[in-house]
Amino acid sequence: MLDKNGIAKRIAKEIKDGYYVNLGIGIPTLVANYIPEGVNVVLQSENGLLGMGPFPFEGEEDPDLINAGKQTITTLPGSSIFDSAMSFGMIRSQKIDLTILGAMEVSENGDIANWKIPGKMVKGMGGAMDLVASARNIIVAMQHVNKAGESKLLPACTLPLTGVRCIRKIVTELAVFDVLQEGGFKLIERAPGVSVDYIRKATSGKLYADDDAPEMVLD
Amino acid sequence: MINKVVSGADEAIKDITDGSTLMLGGFGLCGIPENCITALVKKGVGQLTCISNNAGVDDFGIGLMLQQRQVKKMISSYVGENAEFERQLLSGELEVELIPQGTLATRCMAAGYGMPAIYTPAGVGTEVAEGKEVRNFNGKDYLMEYAFDADFAIVKAWKGDTAGNLVYRFTSRNFNPVMAMAGKVTIAEVEELVEAGELDPDQVHTPGVYVHRIFQGSGYEKRIEQRTVRTKS
Repeated sequence: MLDKNGIAKRIAKEIKDGYYVNLGIGIPTLVANYIPEGVNVVLQSENGLLGMGPFPFEGEEDPDLINAGKQTITTLPGSSIFDSAMSFGMIRSQKIDLTILGAMEVSENGDIANWKIPGKMVKGMGGAMDLVASARNIIVAMQHVNKAGESKLLPACTLPLTGVRCIRKIVTELAVFDVLQEGGFKLIERAPGVSVDYIRKATSGKLYADDDAPEMVLD
Repeated sequence: MINKVVSGADEAIKDITDGSTLMLGGFGLCGIPENCITALVKKGVGQLTCISNNAGVDDFGIGLMLQQRQVKKMISSYVGENAEFERQLLSGELEVELIPQGTLATRCMAAGYGMPAIYTPAGVGTEVAEGKEVRNFNGKDYLMEYAFDADFAIVKAWKGDTAGNLVYRFTSRNFNPVMAMAGKVTIAEVEELVEAGELDPDQVHTPGVYVHRIFQGSGYEKRIEQRTVRTKS
């Protein structure tokens, strides 16, 4: 079973040289720590920056330079700054190669819910709806089950949707899945030490899993 | 050159009245028009509709206007950092319309480009699509979203000149340029106001034609919401 950093590490293997990548808040942010040596990627922050650098050194924080999570950050050689309309313009026109974001639920046809829980204070969708509606290549990073132990990979989402038929890949602490065009979760790799049976029990949506599904190799 | 300079925030906002629709630039607390917000709080205008990506925090930014119950409706993409906001929303004192961030930016852009509406895939198949025209282009569904119609846009830039040209700094640019283009009246506060001719025309982000009033602000706090650092090893 993977911890959060393990999930991030596994997702980092999906990043190819030359990718422009948008990382959401939470586990996706950790992916930046595991991008392999020699793989050149440019991180987009949707508040208007391409080429997001690491956190500044103490004392060098600049209130005019933050990421979409409102954290102080830095630029890198080759960075560029633009306004919010252009930022979502490049997202909509699919210039961003890969989007990685968290989710509360994903359905077997690729719907995602990640912005609203009825009865709880709604904070807003931010840029999530724009990202999922436009991105070609979206990976969801999430825990396999919720706090009540219920599967987050479902036949249909129960929470208000963020986007429909848009998720193609999911990485959880248990496994990697493709979401099939015709519907269903296809088990691609198991996390170290996790059995196919265990994954079956933890997944309530339609699952296609071979008994000899390979275990992932992280290093 | 037409001179756009006014004496300060109080003069810049003097004709903003109860019930006005305002656009306020900024992302989180980054690039917000601090001086104009202070002036609006002092003036005490109410029943405002505010179009802004966020709603500030309890004691800074638009949060200051919420504390004085000056806001009737917020149109934002994310409002998660503000307890007073939550209280007013749950008690029914405040109306909120949440819209996707890209839609928010592009509805500003459309207004500034003179286009009545745009089509975007954001929100298709979700509650955001309720009551909206859906149109299919090349096999994909899009929602029609209208350009915003705001009485005033209030933006913050780093530098500006007396002709109203604006230059922003780093990610404090965010929504400011598109909102500047979208207001019927656009008010710009800048950290440094220079004479026309001192900004390189090639480096201007917002042309002065979009800006009606400009002044040099003072006492910028530029509060940081999430101070994240690394240590030198």
